[in-house]
Formats: sequence, C-alpha cells, structure tokens
Amino acid sequence: MKKYFVAIVLSLIILTAGCSSQQGVTGAAVGETVKSIEVLEVKGSDTMVQLVSTLAEEYTQFDPATRMTVTGGGSGTGIAALINGEADVADSSRAMKEKEITQAKEAGITPYEFIIGRDMLSVVVNQDNPVSELTLAQISSIFKGEITNWEEVGGNNQKITLYGRQSTSGTYVFFMEEAVKGDYSPKMRNLEGSQAIVEAVKQDQSAIGYDGLGYVIDENSRILKGIKAIKIAKDQNSKYLSPLDLSNQAEYPLSRLLYQYFAKKPEKGSALYNFLRFELSEKGQEIVTKTGFLPTTQADQKHNEALLN
Amino acid sequence: MGNYNSLKERIIKFLFSVTGAIALLTLLGIFIFLFTTGIKAFTQISGAEFFIGREWNPTAYQEPKWGILGLIVSTVMITFGSLIIAVPLGIAAAIYLSEIAKPGVRETVKPIIEMIAGIPSVVLGLLGILFLAPAIAKLFNLNSGLNALTSSIIVGVMVLPTIVSISEDVLRSLPKEFREAGLALGATKWQMIRMTLLPAGISGLAAAVLLGLGRAIGETMVVLMVAGNSRAMPTSFFDPIRPITANIAIEIKEVVKDSLHYQTLFAMGLVLFGLTFLINFISDLIIQRQVRKYQW
Repeated sequence: MKKYFVAIVLSLIILTAGCSSQQGVTGAAVGETVKSIEVLEVKGSDTMVQLVSTLAEEYTQFDPATRMTVTGGGSGTGIAALINGEADVADSSRAMKEKEITQAKEAGITPYEFIIGRDMLSVVVNQDNPVSELTLAQISSIFKGEITNWEEVGGNNQKITLYGRQSTSGTYVFFMEEAVKGDYSPKMRNLEGSQAIVEAVKQDQSAIGYDGLGYVIDENSRILKGIKAIKIAKDQNSKYLSPLDLSNQAEYPLSRLLYQYFAKKPEKGSALYNFLRFELSEKGQEIVTKTGFLPTTQADQKHNEALLN
Repeated sequence: MGNYNSLKERIIKFLFSVTGAIALLTLLGIFIFLFTTGIKAFTQISGAEFFIGREWNPTAYQEPKWGILGLIVSTVMITFGSLIIAVPLGIAAAIYLSEIAKPGVRETVKPIIEMIAGIPSVVLGLLGILFLAPAIAKLFNLNSGLNALTSSIIVGVMVLPTIVSISEDVLRSLPKEFREAGLALGATKWQMIRMTLLPAGISGLAAAVLLGLGRAIGETMVVLMVAGNSRAMPTSFFDPIRPITANIAIEIKEVVKDSLHYQTLFAMGLVLFGLTFLINFISDLIIQRQVRKYQW
C-alpha cells in the first residue's frame, strides 16, 4: 500500500517538475524571440502561395533573423485570418471586398494594400478540345450553366463539365465578378487548390476550368501538357488574346493584380518593411516572372511607394 | 489488501471519477459552444429557409442563399451509399470469420481487416482520386469520376472494419448451444446460420451497422477529396455531392468570426452533432438489449 502511495507522490513530483522546467524553456525562447527573431505569418491566396514562398525563402537568406511561414487556403482565408488577427500578411489574388473592409474596421483594423505582381487569369480546356477561342459573354454563359454543350460554341457535341475553385479562393471571386458576372452554375465542381484544376482538365475531355497563369505554364512559359489556354475576347468585335503572350497584359480581359494586405502600416526598419522592399527589388520581381506571373507596372510601384514612404 | 476503503482504492476511485467528469464536461462544453454559436444564425435567417432551402451559396454574386437541404441530401446519399456496400460485405465477412474460417485463418484475417481502420483517410482519398475515380468514369462513361458513387465506395471501405469486427464479436458471443441445437435438428450449416444465429444476433448486428453509419456520416476528408463538392441538389449517384462535413471543412477557413456565415456553419455542425448523437444513442440502446437478452 505504502509502495503505491510513494509511487503516486513521486510521479506527481516528477510531473510538476516537468511542467515547471518546460515553462522555463519556453520562457527563455519567448524572451529570445522578442530580442532578435521576428516571425512573419503570411496566409492566403493559393494562386500566390508558390510565388510568396519562394520570395520568403530568398528573403530569409538575407535576413536570417526573420522567420516566415507562408500558407495557402485561398484569398478569403487569408483576409479572414488577417481580420481575426491570425496572420501578419494576407495574400490575395483579388481586391478586398467592401464588406471585408467594414468587418476589418469593426475588428479595429485598417487594412493596407500592396501590389506585388500581376496575373492573367487563364481559362483552360483539355488539349483535345477543338475550341480555342471564346468571348467573355460565352464564358459567362458556360459558367452560369446556360450553355451546356460544346457544340454551341463551335466544339464537339459533348456536354460541358465545369471545374472551379472553392468559394474561399480569390480566383473564384475574381472570375465570378469579372467573367461570369452572375452566380456560378451550382453544377460546377469545386476543387481544392489551383493544381487540382489543372489535373482535372487534363483528365477530362469535356472540361473547362480557370487558373492563375503561373499554374498553367512551365518555367519556360510554355503551356503544360494536356491542357490548352483559351484565347479570350472582350466582345465579338475585339481581338482574341492569349494569356500566354505576356505582351497582351494590358488588354487581356482577365488581367488582375496580386495583392498583399497588412493590419498596420509597415514601419521602416521592420522585417515586414524590408520584405516588401525585397519583393519590389529587381531580384524579387525576377522571382515573380519566373513563377509564371507578371511584374508590377509603374502605376503599381507608385501605389506601393505611398505605403512605404 | 482487499479493503475497499483503503487509501489506494480511494485515490484510484477519485482519479477515475475525475477523468470521467472531464470527458463529460468536454462533451457538454462542445455542445454548449456549438449550440450558443449556431443558434444565433436563426436571428437573421428563418429555420424554414435553412432546413428546406434548396440552394446553399453564401458567396453569391448578389443575394446569398442559406438552404442546406442539398447538403443534407448529399450526407444521406453518401451514408446510405456506403452502407449498401459495406453492410452485406461486412456481415458476410463476419459470418465467414466466426462460423466457417479455421481459427488460424481467423486470427490472421481479422487483424488485417481491422488494420483498414488505421489507414489515414487522406491516403484513401488519394487512391480514390488517382485510381478509383478514373476507373469509375471509364466504366460508366462519365466525364468525371468525382461523384457520389466513388465517395460512397471509399467510405464503404472505411466503415467495413467497424462492421466486420463488431458483427464477428456478436456472432461469436452467441452461446455454443444455439449452434449445437440447430445442427442436432438436422439443419445444414447455412440453415443453422440463417435461421438460428442471424435472428439471435440481429440486434447486435444492427448496432454494428449503426456504428458504421455514425462513422460514415462524420467522414470528412475522403468526401472533400473525391465527392466533387458541387452545390447543386444531387439527382443520382453519378452526380457530384457536397455533404455537410465537407461544406464545413471548406468554408470554415474563409469566414470571419461571428459573421452570419460563421454562425450558419456552426448551426450545420449542430445538425451533424444531433444526427450522430441520435445514431450512437440508438445503437447503444440496441447493444444493451442484446446483452441483457443473452446473459446466461
């Protein structure tokens, strides 16, 4: 009996000792963090997650005192995290909505906007699909579910299968507002992540989907095997433009900006400030191009300077 | 030794009551949290709109829609779809293991079946995307195999170990005399199984099925990966579906705390909690009846 009692008391002592020593360790670690290591939590757009991860990796090589974590989940996810105070930077492939800005202000946050690059949102179909040009109006009707057979837009007699992103995605929202201009057909399959769209379109001859340019081309700016990027015209009288030709950027109907949002103005000398400067530097913009996106224009740089000065 | 009131007994008794209380309080806490958050949704949308609205689209172009009927139908489809696959297979396997297989075979096969339960659902989902979905698409000449059928098959495989394992235990726990009496009356082995063992174990088998059902309703990862997740009301097993679990998992990431969308997701969680609670409760009742019926 006594034996057991001793054992219990002993284990209690060991337990409490374990707790206190652990506390000691974390206490020290926290102290250290405050002194030297700054942690930046970046969250949001799946379209941008590869790009920003690469930027963060490169940046932390210059600045080993900063630790960065970059995660995806969709632009909506990032913005919600920023408002809920769970992220320092929200990547977003669409501008913040009016409603989100109000929600942020209610939470006591004034969001600041920064542009790190540009994208031409691409509409993709299977390689074997004879259709290669569509007007915005046709794309809208297809995704609304009004056009349901490829024959109606000059293709084979085959039902159309719609692939889109989840509603957390900035690409989902941007495409809805700029191309569909109405509600998506509820028959659209909602896939997780940009990569899933490419995979689905590769496998399905009847597919149509949309994705950021970075996900449909390889590092040599050639379209990936198995898929085809549709040339898009604003209306019947306009030229059909391919997202693969980067010089089309200004006129391409689905050009968009790649944003980052912060809960407070980046202070000069802070890790965040230095990171943003790095993103705009020649090296940073080179990474943007290499990941399949387009660099910022002068107008974007001007927009950014207002924030950094 | 043996003194019930000894210090050791008292300490152990105390420790067990504490752990019991923690489990109970956790459950209660979860329920209260779900309830208080979920119920707020109904200050802005009506119960009728929520439960029988056919369209769910909180991120709409203009007017958000808050009907979860399509999601409930999806959940019901995947649950029953998976059971149609898992129940006959599972019970047949249990009969084989308990009545026909040699002890050596049983001791090897049963743990292997139970190991299926240990495969992470992500892995099964991946297998579904890479192999099963393309195969189903080819077999039925569909454009895409990401649909209710594919996800039902995979969830069926996932609930199989639960059903096999419990059914086998139920059958084996039936007294030897049942079998002997049946055989002594001149019944063949199959007649004995069909007319004696299955009726005697029916409530235990029902409980096994209900536990499998509870598992199927709550399954998230697989359906997220292979069910296709479109919001349209499904009309056949070849349609993509979006069960409640998948919908919560997808959308909880984008919602701002305490917004209407956030509250509706909790209300959905409450619906799910209610369903699984009811099923577990019923299966528990049935198991207890089975135990009482055959206490010798």
